[in-house]
Amino acid sequence: MLKRNLFRFLVALAAVVTLSTSPVSARVELNINKGNVEPMPIAVSDFLQGELGRKISDVVAADLKRSGLFAPIDRAAFIEKISNPDAAPRFEDWKVINAQALVTGRVTQEGDGRLKAEFRLWDTFANEQMTGQQFFTQPENWRRVAHIIADAIYEQITGEKGYFDTRIVYVAESGPKTARKRQLAIMDQDGFNARAVTNSNDIVLTPRFSPNKQEITYMSFEGNEPRVYLLQLETGQREVVGNFPGMTFAPRFSPDGQRVIMSLQQEGNANIYTMDLRSRTTTRLTSTAAIDTSPSYSPDGSQIVFESDRGGRQQLYVMSASGGGQNRISFGDGSYSTPVWSPRGDLIAFTKQSGGKFSIGVMKPDGSGERILTTGFHNEGPTWAPNGRVLMFFRQNAGAGGPQLYSIDLTGYNEQLIATQGFASDPAWSPLLE
Amino acid sequence: MSRIHAKAEGRMQTLARNPVMVALFMTLAIAGCASKKNNLPNSAGELGLNAATPGSAQDFTVNVGDRIFFDTDSTSIRADAQATLDKQAQWLQRYPNYAITIEGHADERGTREYNLALGARRAAATRDYLASRGIPAGKMKTISYGKEKPVAVCDDISCWSQNRRAVTVLGGAGM
Repeated sequence: MLKRNLFRFLVALAAVVTLSTSPVSARVELNINKGNVEPMPIAVSDFLQGELGRKISDVVAADLKRSGLFAPIDRAAFIEKISNPDAAPRFEDWKVINAQALVTGRVTQEGDGRLKAEFRLWDTFANEQMTGQQFFTQPENWRRVAHIIADAIYEQITGEKGYFDTRIVYVAESGPKTARKRQLAIMDQDGFNARAVTNSNDIVLTPRFSPNKQEITYMSFEGNEPRVYLLQLETGQREVVGNFPGMTFAPRFSPDGQRVIMSLQQEGNANIYTMDLRSRTTTRLTSTAAIDTSPSYSPDGSQIVFESDRGGRQQLYVMSASGGGQNRISFGDGSYSTPVWSPRGDLIAFTKQSGGKFSIGVMKPDGSGERILTTGFHNEGPTWAPNGRVLMFFRQNAGAGGPQLYSIDLTGYNEQLIATQGFASDPAWSPLLE
Repeated sequence: MSRIHAKAEGRMQTLARNPVMVALFMTLAIAGCASKKNNLPNSAGELGLNAATPGSAQDFTVNVGDRIFFDTDSTSIRADAQATLDKQAQWLQRYPNYAITIEGHADERGTREYNLALGARRAAATRDYLASRGIPAGKMKTISYGKEKPVAVCDDISCWSQNRRAVTVLGGAGM
């Protein structure tokens, strides 16, 4: 049931209309490239009418707050009560409480049962509307509409695409460490709407979204044959990727979604292969007596970053998509693993082990500019938000019974726990759903 | 042969004469105190008083030893592990009806993907050693569980050293 409904609303959400006012150049701007940003005070008023309107504005405010870039103002401080979200507000009332921007909105039910959600973003110091949009969807998708509105506000003010209308696929873990049950689960990026997409006692690991969000590639120990699988979310159909003579693991999609790249274990060595999903042809890209794994494409598909212990310890290497020109890029103290290329192309995130600690860091694709974002007992497996500004990873503290998911800004600030019901690991961020 | 049928006291004397075995035994006992959840034998009684039927899986586990341990990030078969594998090979040749699966494992102080490969390397190294002691390759299968199946769950070296292991399972997984 879940699988059938999961992506149906993508279609239902197609109608996006810009609410007309004369276009203005935004004067409220936030430069998010300068490190620890002072969050911008913003007022998110209750959407009319009733409880659903309020719930939607709550989700919008929560998204903006968690980004670390906005500080939603407590509604108790509001002076003006918005009764007509289409009319210009009393800007002075909002300036007094230091709101630099104001969000107003309305939710109504259409004759056909669909929900119509409208919002306007106001620049309270320029006394102008910055943007206004409306969306139609099924009532059960109200959280998604709120995320889309939060993305529109984020984009209008920061100039960058948002990342709130996205999902996370991850490994949900339960039970004692020595007999742990692992299932694949999908949730909204804010931790809501979590649901399992597998249910068996086989170990499942490292799920990754396809670029079209309709498929997951992951590793499963089904039948005690550890293999890379492809799962169609809509139908629940599963298949083994390729017909390889050994364990396959660490899969990811190519940016065009046409190939899965992964490692094949043969004897003591792991090498990197791709399989074309249409022609089913497999191509071997590396050939060493080493462990080559965790491959990740550059967003233009021309290059691949991976980890290898060919030089002794695990280090990061970059090669062309055909396997040529394999060059080591990590040279710091320690070992480097699980590289993943930013969707913007400008950085590679990784796990670093050094001095008994596990860190999440980033470096440029040529290996320069290494920066550690967080360090501790165990941090592992970064994944990028689609706008390349936020990372999620899993962390296990010493003495904790299991791992949990965290997000952190590219600046290294604004670390946030993503609440999950049980333990969680191996997060992978979807592209924007729209 | 005599060891398999030895009484508890005799077995303890055998252990006491072998410093490597004593060291290993002490590690197990200490870790057993630190963590009740590991499923290794954790007292002299459990190790010594089992009267396993010769040729049974219990006999193999208790009197031969079903697992060997590795150093951090290493896949080389240590001297103490060679002794265990030599005993395994003798036992498997004595009871040739068994096929085996060698499970390779890593400790949790590594990343998931790498540890899958590391476990596979350990399983392959163990299989190659047993093959060199006369066990037919066709009777041996390997599988890696990476760091996903620890037996000891504390967050220090006493547990990690028990989790870096290769376990020989009789008629094991997938057979």
